[in-house]
Amino acid sequence: MSTSAVRRGPFGSAEQGEVPSIRTRLAVTIAGYGALAVATCVLAPLVGSTQISLARVFDRSIPFADNVDAQIFFVARMPRVLSGAVVGAALASAGVVMQALLRNPLATPFTLGVSAGAALGAILVITFSTAVSLGALSPVPLASLGGALLASAIVYGLATRPGRTMSTMVLLLAGVTLNSFFSALILFVQYMADFAQTYRTVRWLMGDLDVGSFGPIVASLPLVLVAFAMFAVLPRSLNLLSVGTDAASTRGVDVGRTQRLAFLSSSLATSAAVSLAGPIGFVGIVVPHLVRLMVGVDHRIVLPASALFGAAFLVGCDLVARTVLAPVEVPVGVVTAMLGGPFFLWLLVRRS
Amino acid sequence: MLRAEAVSFGYAGEPTAFSLADVSVEITPGSLTGLLGPNGCGKTTLLKLLCGVLRPHGGAVTLDDRPLSSFTRRELARHVAVVPQETHPAFDYSAMEMVLMGRHPHLGAFQLEGPSDFAIARESLTVTGTVDLADRNYMTLSGGEKQRVIIASALAQATELLLLDEPTASLDLGYQLEVASLLARLNRERQVTMVLATHDLNLAASLCDRLVLLRGGRVLAQGPTSDVLTGAMVQQLYDVDADVQFHPRAGHLTVIPVSRTR
Repeated sequence: MSTSAVRRGPFGSAEQGEVPSIRTRLAVTIAGYGALAVATCVLAPLVGSTQISLARVFDRSIPFADNVDAQIFFVARMPRVLSGAVVGAALASAGVVMQALLRNPLATPFTLGVSAGAALGAILVITFSTAVSLGALSPVPLASLGGALLASAIVYGLATRPGRTMSTMVLLLAGVTLNSFFSALILFVQYMADFAQTYRTVRWLMGDLDVGSFGPIVASLPLVLVAFAMFAVLPRSLNLLSVGTDAASTRGVDVGRTQRLAFLSSSLATSAAVSLAGPIGFVGIVVPHLVRLMVGVDHRIVLPASALFGAAFLVGCDLVARTVLAPVEVPVGVVTAMLGGPFFLWLLVRRS
Repeated sequence: MLRAEAVSFGYAGEPTAFSLADVSVEITPGSLTGLLGPNGCGKTTLLKLLCGVLRPHGGAVTLDDRPLSSFTRRELARHVAVVPQETHPAFDYSAMEMVLMGRHPHLGAFQLEGPSDFAIARESLTVTGTVDLADRNYMTLSGGEKQRVIIASALAQATELLLLDEPTASLDLGYQLEVASLLARLNRERQVTMVLATHDLNLAASLCDRLVLLRGGRVLAQGPTSDVLTGAMVQQLYDVDADVQFHPRAGHLTVIPVSRTR
């Protein structure tokens, strides 16, 4: 069939269609949510126990060493805000991809056991490693990263057969089973732990964006960037995959490749996020659903919008966590769970 | 020419229930082939083999003498489109979005739909009588509306081959006739070659120039509709005593089932 025939309608008419809106929608969405994310990241560090002014922060006439406002802004508060942005973007987009892969709008980045694996790794180190050093490559993030990747590898191994597409049923069952199995191991390790270790474990499980410096963020960046590069090629295939594997296949999607890419990219992003900040729940489901309510369900728009809105959302939640009971800081995972739990139930009721 | 040569297939763990054995079928360009047979005879399986979603365990399926396994999915999707029995998207896509998905194999990796893609999608909606539903949520459409939107999505794929699995099963009488005349028109005016799996013998009689009768995963008979569609064949195929007569007003053979004979 010639190209010109392909470009004609089923009865060969050359009727002029409406102006393609997807390009404009994409541009407007990215500009809007991008502005929101940037604004949140610039304004969030201004809020805290010490009042600082944005004008003084960016006042070039004062040397940085003498500019207390700039030091508070960039050194004390910015790492926490940026880790919130990275983790929020990673979890929200991993949620979008996981929901399309499993063809289930109620899936989360943690559905397939990634967070339970990360938690097991972190808890093993907290409990059994005596010398816990701080810094970019401290053992807890490394162990949680290892646990997360191990859990992903197990689920991946169980759900793939050579030459066949992934079974979402096996993926779900393997993930749910792995979640409970790792939870049992976590309880067992906690039983062996003393009070101080248990306290640290519980705090880790709550999720915390206070990473202390830019080091841990920079360390997690390669994984996050690789995951986002994989996300970039996925959206149109995810649209078709969420309609059905056979439908996707007959419309020209390499289903096996798309499933593998989707699984690997969302697992990588989730692993990086959890190793940076602990398992912060509900971001991966609340953000994609809010975004779909605002921009529709096309993954080419939902995915970038969720990444940007996820960054703004988690930074915003952390702002609430830092200020609502000031000077006490509530763990951000508690805030997202208190917002996300009822939201999740509302979604469930609304769908049925 | 789409050709299945001595194709066999069995689903893992179900050695007998759903399998095809030694099925050879030729789909010549411009033809409209009906695939008939009782439930579980392998119609859907054969369609999935013909569009490359399933790979045969024995034999080969070829398109213009090239095995389907040598095509990329994208390449194949520019030649063969499929209308499945049912489609359940996980998200609330609009009818227009569902139809635009048919343009997937014609777009580059990062390419967005252009004016020509929208024109094709809009015309596909128009010819299936669903253009007024373009902005509606697909999930909220009636069964017949959904089916016609899915047909539109397959038309937007602009292929020379169209495989349809029970395209009229969920339609009322009026839309059954409308879809039938739409398919006939596509076949006649655009030379779209079609394979149609159906339980509706009268639809097959009115539309198809060739029939393939499948029973228990084997080809019972195949050939021109007027040769194959006989009372004796219906008896063998379904264990049903039926009158098959030419209907002068309809202008084609009609099948009146009389009684179950088993």
